[in-house]
Amino acid sequence: MSTKIKINSQIFQDSNNIFYPKNEQEVSLLVKELYKKNSSTELIGTNSKNFIGNKTQSANTISLSKISGIIEYLPEELYIKVKACTPIEEIEKALDKNNQELAFEPIDFGFVETGKSNKGTIGGYLSCNFAGSRRFKVGSVRDHILGFKGVNGKGDIIKSGGTVVKNVTGYDLSKLIAGSFGTLVALTEVTLKVLPKKKLSSTIAIYVDDKKTVFELFDQMSSSSSEISGAVYIPLEPNEDDFQKNRDVVFKFNDLKYEGSFLAIRVEGDKISINEKIKALNKELNLEKYKTTILDVYQSVPFWKKINNLELFSKTKNNLIRLVITPSNGVKMMQFLGNKFKYYIDWCGSLFWVEVPAKKNMKIKELKKISQEYGGYLTIVKTSDEYDYEETLFTINDVRLLISEKIKKSFDPKRIFNPGKMYRGI
Amino acid sequence: MTELALPKIDRSILNNKDLIVKKLSSLINPENVLSHADEIKPYETDALAAYTQTPLAVVLPENTEEVSKILKYCYEENIKVVPRGAGTGLSGGALPLQDAVLLGLGKFNKILEIDFENKCVVTQPGVTNLGITHAVQHKGFYYAPDPSSQLACSIGGNVAENSGGVHSLKYGTTTNNILGVEMVMMDGTVCRIGGKTLDQEGYDIMGLICGSEGLLGVITEVTVKILKKPQVVKAALIGFPSIKEGGDAASEIISSGIVPAGMEIMDKALIEATDNFSKAGYPRDAELLLIVELDGTESEVNELLKKVSDICKKNNCSSLKLSKNEKERLSFWAGRKAAFPACGAMAPDYYCMDGSIPRGKLAEALLEIKKLSEKYNLLVANCFHAGDGNLHPLIMFDGSDKEQLRKTEEFGAEILKTCVRLGGVITGEHGVGVEKRELMCEMFNDNDIQQQLDIKKALDEKNLLNPGKVYPILRKCAEEGRVHVHKNKNKFPDLPRF
Repeated sequence: MSTKIKINSQIFQDSNNIFYPKNEQEVSLLVKELYKKNSSTELIGTNSKNFIGNKTQSANTISLSKISGIIEYLPEELYIKVKACTPIEEIEKALDKNNQELAFEPIDFGFVETGKSNKGTIGGYLSCNFAGSRRFKVGSVRDHILGFKGVNGKGDIIKSGGTVVKNVTGYDLSKLIAGSFGTLVALTEVTLKVLPKKKLSSTIAIYVDDKKTVFELFDQMSSSSSEISGAVYIPLEPNEDDFQKNRDVVFKFNDLKYEGSFLAIRVEGDKISINEKIKALNKELNLEKYKTTILDVYQSVPFWKKINNLELFSKTKNNLIRLVITPSNGVKMMQFLGNKFKYYIDWCGSLFWVEVPAKKNMKIKELKKISQEYGGYLTIVKTSDEYDYEETLFTINDVRLLISEKIKKSFDPKRIFNPGKMYRGI
Repeated sequence: MTELALPKIDRSILNNKDLIVKKLSSLINPENVLSHADEIKPYETDALAAYTQTPLAVVLPENTEEVSKILKYCYEENIKVVPRGAGTGLSGGALPLQDAVLLGLGKFNKILEIDFENKCVVTQPGVTNLGITHAVQHKGFYYAPDPSSQLACSIGGNVAENSGGVHSLKYGTTTNNILGVEMVMMDGTVCRIGGKTLDQEGYDIMGLICGSEGLLGVITEVTVKILKKPQVVKAALIGFPSIKEGGDAASEIISSGIVPAGMEIMDKALIEATDNFSKAGYPRDAELLLIVELDGTESEVNELLKKVSDICKKNNCSSLKLSKNEKERLSFWAGRKAAFPACGAMAPDYYCMDGSIPRGKLAEALLEIKKLSEKYNLLVANCFHAGDGNLHPLIMFDGSDKEQLRKTEEFGAEILKTCVRLGGVITGEHGVGVEKRELMCEMFNDNDIQQQLDIKKALDEKNLLNPGKVYPILRKCAEEGRVHVHKNKNKFPDLPRF
């Protein structure tokens, strides 16, 4: 364990030597001292997603968890301004009272880690930029950030953006912060775009096994004007008892009866428009050719929660991979995964969640190569205890790494924040 | 407008003009290097025509490799470069500099790939915004952002400015609708960011480039997302007897949970101007006109239209018309889309402002602008993207009258002050360019600006790419790479910070 450096400030530090600044001024003070002493720090919130990214050791730890609370919520202006470590649940609760929501559907990573819900904070979400099933329709987390405030690696309090949707005043730094895993800024405040919640939702389950047909259907869905807001494929493969058993437990719904693979499509709106959309989809996708069932709102809502909780991989001890490719390569990817991996497909054919057994680290290398060939990338979201780190957790090329290094330096010249969390040298 | 401060001219570059032109001519097809006064005249301004400047030379490369060669050469020789798309920008972002090479991307005018399977189009940056929709509409697809200049503006320029349009609330601006770009950095490095997939891992460099006004890199290829056209689109045209009632109705529509595809407001002056110009059949007795467009399934749209009608009636609308067919819907928009030329027909010149304000503050903003219009004795017409809070006041004036020109500029500044005071920003979609440069230090504090300058320095350490734009010159910050405040030279000293 490295020796903790002494910080000449009055900021609370617990017995584990973790600093708990209460506001942005305290964060600024703290970082200024670290900057002066050239001493790195890990930035954490409530630790719900701490397992994502490289395991690094810093001389210090700053928890931003005390910087929490809703600052301003104007439902009629469609935004909410919150302190960075406001729990997602608190935000969702406030929005729900006004029939609004975070349209990007925050993924609940608690299930993967502990089998229980642990949604964490908005700062954590923004830092990871992993959106849920509605991504292909409404955009990612980064598309819902209107502005932020935070402290850069020199200890300066900076802000960007505002509260309005249209804003081209200066560089759009909010986008850079999204998905930066705390390597650029210690976030203190975030302004989010919120949207009205759809009244009801229904899900059509299509029972289909043929890989080519699956992607033909995905293609038709993404060409549809019926405003599909979720499209996943849950394969029957692989024929491993525990996976199938888990699948049957997770997706236990009255109207989900068939035992093979299935595609699930979500439509949202009021009752009449949902019926209209289902009718249109029946025609567009030629659904009379397949066995289908409909999950009503009481089944549809929990179904998509389970998808967005990654419950299929609950408490996994294996490597969990998030793989994004172009849908046109989806069939080939499915053929590769075949019977060897536990996986499912989200985002209407673009996103594959794949579990790679702990002892098959080599397979990750192969998967990464293929994902890049198929125009995409992969992220190892969770590593098994046996992971050998031969493959980096993130995908990057040389030119982008060079630009990323320059950007990192402009925010955090001494690499104080989360060094190595994403890439070596950043 | 009033005299514009530009970066210090490098005399040695001017003295070496012949040599530079010769070298550039050896890098690309010599026919694409323009240096004669007659040839470069068309490039001396963009759509902010009040400012003109002759560039050192104009280069019109035809491929990425040529762009890279030009930039590498200019980087090595410390020659400034100003990139230019279609030249439709309203903030002077493509204004040439006397000692800079103007890099026009007009020859990058081909669509490279239409990929229906992955719902995207790969295009060169010089293709027009509307050109993309035209290329995919036979299969029922379109490209969502629709700035009013979409017939002429290029997609590369859209990326540089993060252009919006009238459908931004529901469909987002450029940044939400592109998947990848290829760009060339100032030192000639070619870089591919993103591709055809949703989201990119790592720092969102594409998000940074989008809206960076040509300061960080030159875009040479763009991959845009295409969407399927909605099943049904209908619009309502609603007149109100007062600004307040119309503004309240617009706010209530949003807070009732409706997300209109488009929602536009025009004030009385603009109703008259556009109706005279395009014979759109607008209710001339109204003080404020609201156009609400809804899309989705048939029943959904009808239900929402009924809700919108009820809200408008509750807010005492004086007239209400629902589009019965596509022709009528388009006629509702005809006047709005002609707002700029209509103002052009009313006065020798007009000055288009571009602030953003919280939706709920519209009535307050318009009343304030009305008062200012009386104070300056200048006619102003207002259009407002009520869906996303983007306000475009159009000040009408006679540019040949120096006093009017001065007053117009003051009036414009006061409008932006009002926007900031009401919780908005100084530019919603036209960009900062040279026009609103000096206001940046007022919207942002020194730390904020310094961070942005540090990014600029990180990606263009010699400050050669489009210098003198976006960041204030009077305060020297853009040139010296650090914030240095000269209070006395501040153009708008009493603008509140936020």
